Amino acid sequence: MSANAISVQSGDFDLGYEVAALRAQDLRVGAVASFVGLVRDMNEGAGVSAMHLEHYPGMTEKALEKIVAQARQRWDIYGVRVIHRVGSLAPGDQIVLVAVSSAHRGDAFSACEFVMDYLKTQAPFWKREATPEGERWVDARDSDDSAAARWNGGCSASAKPSGS
Amino acid sequence: MKIKLLYFASLREAVGAAEEQLDLPEGVATTGQLRDWLVTRGKQALANTRNLRCAVNQDLADFNTSLADGDEVAFFPPVTGG
Repeated sequence: MSANAISVQSGDFDLGYEVAALRAQDLRVGAVASFVGLVRDMNEGAGVSAMHLEHYPGMTEKALEKIVAQARQRWDIYGVRVIHRVGSLAPGDQIVLVAVSSAHRGDAFSACEFVMDYLKTQAPFWKREATPEGERWVDARDSDDSAAARWNGGCSASAKPSGS
Repeated sequence: MKIKLLYFASLREAVGAAEEQLDLPEGVATTGQLRDWLVTRGKQALANTRNLRCAVNQDLADFNTSLADGDEVAFFPPVTGG
């Protein structure tokens, strides 16, 4: 089974449930790699009491599909599950899930990291934090641009050849 | 040509609008020309190009992207999802 499931939703998700669905009794699957992003209660020294995720409806799903399509071109992977929450979240809440299944761990690890690095720079979401000093929009980080850029031009920190 | 323009996040707050329907004059045919034209009409928030990104018909674009009648254009700050 080679499925993509991309969801942009306000509701929470369960990692165990999603990984089981990704495996789906497919005995070709030898590896599942996953990432979960969470809301922290501290960002750049200020306490975060709440977070709000704004997004561009329509473009978010389209952007995530394009990112996953690129991952499929570059690595030999079976299922991909991406869930990104929007709306109001609290410290400790899950924000995003990326899970990838493949025959071997190299492709699963690389594709999972690639999808996250591209999501951080290309998917139209914007975070607004509530802090003791008031509401503020989170600034994009140069390190996210660097992380995405390292997947280009053949010199990558994490990409491994298929089958490793 | 007529386009729909969307603003998101801090840019929406700075501009004071989430959406505009625009009838573009002659000579405004790319995303960059649209941005420059809006700055001359008082949208100072669009003048800082370093922190401005855009999309056309829900695809990430740059400021040399051509526009067509009926396009949906969006201006927004660098994204911060994940």
